Amino acid sequence: MLTYTIRRLLLSVPTLLFISLVIFLLLKLAPGDPMAQVPLTVPPDVKERMREALGVGQPWYVAFPKWLYQFFAVEPLHFVDAAFGTSLGEGQQRVISWQTRSPVMDIVIQRLPQTLWVVGVAYVVAILIALPIGIYSAYRQYSWFDNAGTFVAMVGFSVPPFFSGVLVIVIFSVWLGWFPSIYDTTHKVSDWESFVFQLKQMIMPVMVLALQITSQLSRFMRASMLDNLNQDYVRTARAKGLGEKTVVLVHVLRNSLIPVVTVIALGVPAIFGGAIITEQIFKVNGIGQLLITAIQANDLPMVQTLTFIFAVLIVLFNLVADILYGILDPRIRYD
Amino acid sequence: MTDPGISAEQAELATTPRSQWADIWDQFKRHRGAMWGGAVFLCIILMTIAGPWVYWNDPKFVPTGRDFLELRDTRPIYVALWESSAKVSWAYPLGTDNLGRDTLGRLLAGGRVSLAVGLAAMLLSVFVGTLIGVLAGYFRALDGVLMRFTDLFLALPLLPLLLVAVLLFRDRLSGLFGPEGGTFLLIVVLVGATSWMQTARIVRGDVLALKEREFVLAARSIGTSPPKMITRHLLPNVMSPIMVSATLGIATAIITESALSFLGFGFPPDFPTWGKLLFDAVDRMELYPERVLWPGLMISLIVLSVNYIGDGIRDALDPRIRGR
Repeated sequence: MLTYTIRRLLLSVPTLLFISLVIFLLLKLAPGDPMAQVPLTVPPDVKERMREALGVGQPWYVAFPKWLYQFFAVEPLHFVDAAFGTSLGEGQQRVISWQTRSPVMDIVIQRLPQTLWVVGVAYVVAILIALPIGIYSAYRQYSWFDNAGTFVAMVGFSVPPFFSGVLVIVIFSVWLGWFPSIYDTTHKVSDWESFVFQLKQMIMPVMVLALQITSQLSRFMRASMLDNLNQDYVRTARAKGLGEKTVVLVHVLRNSLIPVVTVIALGVPAIFGGAIITEQIFKVNGIGQLLITAIQANDLPMVQTLTFIFAVLIVLFNLVADILYGILDPRIRYD
Repeated sequence: MTDPGISAEQAELATTPRSQWADIWDQFKRHRGAMWGGAVFLCIILMTIAGPWVYWNDPKFVPTGRDFLELRDTRPIYVALWESSAKVSWAYPLGTDNLGRDTLGRLLAGGRVSLAVGLAAMLLSVFVGTLIGVLAGYFRALDGVLMRFTDLFLALPLLPLLLVAVLLFRDRLSGLFGPEGGTFLLIVVLVGATSWMQTARIVRGDVLALKEREFVLAARSIGTSPPKMITRHLLPNVMSPIMVSATLGIATAIITESALSFLGFGFPPDFPTWGKLLFDAVDRMELYPERVLWPGLMISLIVLSVNYIGDGIRDALDPRIRGR
């Protein structure tokens, strides 16, 4: 298992390098010029030197290794400096945003908690709702509950988040006036009232994100339970005289959770992608919103870093899913 | 040897063998969700195709002067049921937008574009997916390379890259094919190029399994060439997963196009698609919720119906379920 993990980790390095190269070359084609905002009174040769300072005109085989070095060596050093008060990365050039002229990673770290908070809560809520629904749907297959669950799940992954989000805003904040339609990220939780406000403003984005995940996960849980419910070991467990509760919730559930856990792991990067749209609807200033504004403002270092972070998430969670599968299911051996 | 107990009906059944497709159709008909989905899908397609000929208002007409003040921000006709002072007109059943353009007309015109994008992108993605899947499954030398390529695509963060790519190539293609044709081509190619991976994987798996069967060996032993082998023996046998992913592909393509339009990376402003209509209406949805509801409802309905059709086709093509 350990050798497999190490092998996969090593294999993911070239994959990530290749992906970052693809992103880099794609962005190299971008028509934008970071000096477009500089006043016309600045003489052309000064502009040219400013471009050189930002490293714009370099060919890709020079710029790409430089970016790699900045991203994988300089940024972690600065991170260590900030955490322990050392000065390892002093004087080394960091990846600078063209929009704000400040280090890209600083902005990303500022924005990350908002996204993680909304996305994380939505994911946990979705899992907590989806698993019981899936279990009960499978246990009572073709009952009215199962049929209703199938229909709701079908609607859940057919309605795109940009419609369900707008719909809940129209219903809950325009007509009923229960929740604010804009997520206020500057809000601090200090007492009970502000906590209630935080809860209120989180309900709608979490609801929209959770609806999609719930509908997929509950279907998956149901299918996995159905596969196991007809197995011989279930009949054996019943024949031994075990209670129905033990049979379903201990024997069947533990076996059915194996594929579901991997699906949960695989879904994490997708939900970060989905959060791009949800953040745009509820005006959450997380990394999705940061990406959109960066693309619109032609801030290439920012776009590149964010896209690469999304790619890292995908590769990482694919790896996690595979390893989890091996750990949870003793029948699977990779060596 | 005839059995005297056999009835005339059974005898007839026995003499005329039923085709596979009739069986599939019978099974498909029994899936109630799929039949409803099919009906809704056909209805929406008919509406968007025939609508602009039957419907009296021109979606591109922008009134000016006094007409503009009179026509802008008309509410849908049903609003009059609960709000008698609302500005409604029978000539504009779903009202007009803030420029006085007819909402129903734009909805129908937008549907044409959304459906055209969905179908074209689906065709492209199924074509690419099938090609790569068959090549990887049939030719062992290509398998490793093509599958690594597929894995690489699966590891790409698609939505961010789509946004970047739209921004990069929109102007260039607009210059070549005009603002509408260029964006259409760009979105179809981008959506098609980023959604073929699942099809490729499924087709490859099926081809790998089929390759070991006796009929393939028999075909090879009479000297069938690889291209003939693929088109004559392999493709017909992998039709069912291809059809399922084709139906589901329409849904993905429509959602992706709408998401791009919704984020402001889609078609030019005066060119309606459902996602674009939704995006334009969001700013004033407190006052005019209907402008958000109708396009959103159309997207959801078409995706829902396509998903149900896909479900029905999957069940109908599965011989283990068929005839139960």
